[in-house]
Amino acid sequence: MSTVQDVSTAPVVAAVPKKAMALGPLASLIILALLIVTPLFVKNFIIFQMTMWLIYAIAVLALNILTGASGQFSLGQSAFYALGAYTSAILMEHVGVNYALTLPVAGLVCFIAGFLFGLPALRLSGIYLALATFALAVAMPQLLKLGVFEHWTGGVQGLVVTKPDAPEILASLGLKVSQDMWLYFFTLAVTILIYIFSVNLLKSRSGRAMMAIRDNEIAASAMGVDVSLYKTLAFGVSAGITGVAGGLGAIAVQFVAPDGYTIQLAIALFLGVVVGGVGWLPGSLAGAAFIVFVPNIAEHISKGLSGAVFGVILIIIIFLLPNGARQLAYLAQGLIGKLRKH
Amino acid sequence: MTAMLHVKDLRAYYGQVQALHGLEFELQEGSLTTLLGANGAGKTTTLRSICNMIRSTGSIEFEGKKLDNKSTESIVRLGIAHVPQGRGTFTTMTVEENLQLGAISRKDTKTIGDDIERMYAHFPVLKQRHTQQAGTLSGGEQQMLAVARALMLRPRLMLLDEPSFGLAPLIVRDLFKILGKINREDKVSILVVEQNAQLALELADKAYVIETGRIVMSGTADEIANNEDVRKSYLGY
Amino acid sequence: MELFTNQVLAGIATGAIYACMALAVVMIYQAIDHLNFAQGEMAMFSTFIAWQLMQWGIPYWGAFALTLIFSFVGGIVIERALFKPLAKAPVLTHVAGFIALFAIINSVAGLTWDFTIKQFPSPFGSSPFLGSQLISTHQAGMIGVTLILLVLLFIFFRYTRVGLAMRAAATLPESARLVGINTSWMIALGWGMAAAIGSIAGMLIAPVVFLEPNMMGGVLIYGFAAAVVGGLTSPLGAVIGGFLVGVFENLVGTYIPGVGNELKLPIALALIITVLVVKPNGLFGRTIVKRV
Repeated sequence: MSTVQDVSTAPVVAAVPKKAMALGPLASLIILALLIVTPLFVKNFIIFQMTMWLIYAIAVLALNILTGASGQFSLGQSAFYALGAYTSAILMEHVGVNYALTLPVAGLVCFIAGFLFGLPALRLSGIYLALATFALAVAMPQLLKLGVFEHWTGGVQGLVVTKPDAPEILASLGLKVSQDMWLYFFTLAVTILIYIFSVNLLKSRSGRAMMAIRDNEIAASAMGVDVSLYKTLAFGVSAGITGVAGGLGAIAVQFVAPDGYTIQLAIALFLGVVVGGVGWLPGSLAGAAFIVFVPNIAEHISKGLSGAVFGVILIIIIFLLPNGARQLAYLAQGLIGKLRKH
Repeated sequence: MTAMLHVKDLRAYYGQVQALHGLEFELQEGSLTTLLGANGAGKTTTLRSICNMIRSTGSIEFEGKKLDNKSTESIVRLGIAHVPQGRGTFTTMTVEENLQLGAISRKDTKTIGDDIERMYAHFPVLKQRHTQQAGTLSGGEQQMLAVARALMLRPRLMLLDEPSFGLAPLIVRDLFKILGKINREDKVSILVVEQNAQLALELADKAYVIETGRIVMSGTADEIANNEDVRKSYLGY
Repeated sequence: MELFTNQVLAGIATGAIYACMALAVVMIYQAIDHLNFAQGEMAMFSTFIAWQLMQWGIPYWGAFALTLIFSFVGGIVIERALFKPLAKAPVLTHVAGFIALFAIINSVAGLTWDFTIKQFPSPFGSSPFLGSQLISTHQAGMIGVTLILLVLLFIFFRYTRVGLAMRAAATLPESARLVGINTSWMIALGWGMAAAIGSIAGMLIAPVVFLEPNMMGGVLIYGFAAAVVGGLTSPLGAVIGGFLVGVFENLVGTYIPGVGNELKLPIALALIITVLVVKPNGLFGRTIVKRV
């Protein structure tokens, strides 16, 4: 006999009002200006790091849509990232498709994969869903190594990807743009497109439906929201965006190999969401900065104890900002508001 | 005679919304006092403030001790048992385990067995079902279990939040009879919050009427029961 | 047929490892309603403490007892210092906290004891058990210890006041406070007990997988899987889940062609998920009816 127990259906994440999910126009413009100007003054290696930062920001944003908007939890994002990366790499190296054109394909492939994965995942929630997505993340590198696909994937060795040059039209205009610089601006453009798409998605009917599910699934379904559809849709969209990030990552790193996409990547993306603030899209930039730069800082402070330093930094961040960078933004907003009054 | 429970200038908040606006009342030792009021008047909030289950300001004194900064569990350990709305039954545990939990903070463990037998004497239906999971009990049985669980603390004061809620009238009568008996025989002071004003006034010796977070009337139960306004608004005749 | 029997026996032997870890997982799940991703690392650290104590000349059972105490206290300290301040933070922040703890423990253990593998003694020896080449006395001992632990936990939760209070605090914290239970300390106690059980698991597993900072990675995943299959709320379910996962993993490796060691884990996980899709609360879990 099963017993019935009342559980308070505490949502995974605190409800974030729709308005609070994006930045105001002024703040957005300032950040955009900084993102455009900074690379003009720094070394190529730093430009490359900034490119990776943006790419991870896209992947963190994707997970943020899944977790922050629809309340589902995934530790399997690295699998979709890998799928996107391999899709781009295979199309470029085996089929000879232009790098820019591989990205929509990578996004579409991952959207379908994510949507299909979302179907069985519908039956699971919380910890069970975490375990399922975790399994996906663990399985992915092994699947990529399988002999059957070796002709396409290059097996354990992986594939080398050619780095694209800046379009010749820029050179003919007299602009000398390095490969790294070009890739950075290309990535920035993709990032902006995806950000605008995401903000609008969340403002739309579908976005509202997802948030209703996040806040109270039973109530949402009683109001006529097709819970199954929107949950799988959220999985699909999130996977699709992650796939685009994966494709960009493959192009930037010029290499794909199974061991580049382990569970550690999935955990990093998850940490990015927490540090950036669950459900706050601009926080993805802060979260991605954490992923890219903090391990380096930790390594710098102590080689032998880099893991411990990383852990301590993470703990300090979650102690000071349990709601992530979003909290910092609110504080700043409050402060500016006060200054204006005086 | 000094008051056992003394509440002064109690203000409570749910987020930004203020639910209590400077509530004042007291409860004499041995008394059975009732707080009457409509839905949303602040009755439940008052009880929850006493046990520090929500944020509140003001002063609450129990037998001369300030309760303001104490945790819920330490307030309970002073001898205040709280039967919450919805009964708070541990549904996955047996009836007997629920009763044992009521006495979990007691130091005198030897007499717990006797007390459980006493509860079975008060509520024979609980004895019949003592090995059943509490979740399988009916609403009325669960309410009896909740009262019995509270009594297992050997409380000096019992707070009851809408004990009649969702129960059939006959069961409510029974329950209130037992409450009266407990109050007289076991010397447990009782503060009961009720929407069923008629029943509560029959039982209580003292009553307060609460409206939108303020006490608007107080007196003996008879005085309140005979008040014209109360009769119109709460008793319906 | 003999191959089948052998593989099942071998599976039960490995399953004992998972069962032991799954018990610790269920313990912490009961206390905090969440999986602790750093649990394996905590167990690993405890095992290193035991190893260190033995290096200093303390006999096995002395080191065993001291490690148990150390782990129990350590678990409580971690909860008080790290997770109590986060009590009101979102769940996902807690998960980030587990990951931080994981990184710290792993790194500190690596620096203190380095990453070379070390032998860890077994109190049961490693000769064949009852003449069988498949199960060693150590593995038999491990199964025995797991079952004893299970019985002790059952008695603790069913017949002691503290056990009752812990169950109450885990199922309905607010009601528990209303009967005078200090729920916050119950959580700390849960951490302590989980850490102690984890340390037993670690000390039993170390003779099989050898002692090194990354020894618990795979074991913890299987332990999670076992606990989830068993339903997360039932210690008995966790132990049965552990044996099932062990047997299952072995059979998959033997009978499905092309499944090397690499693919064993994903396939085992995939099938566990299939079980969950059919029975979302595990084999022995309570059905929880949600209300708005």
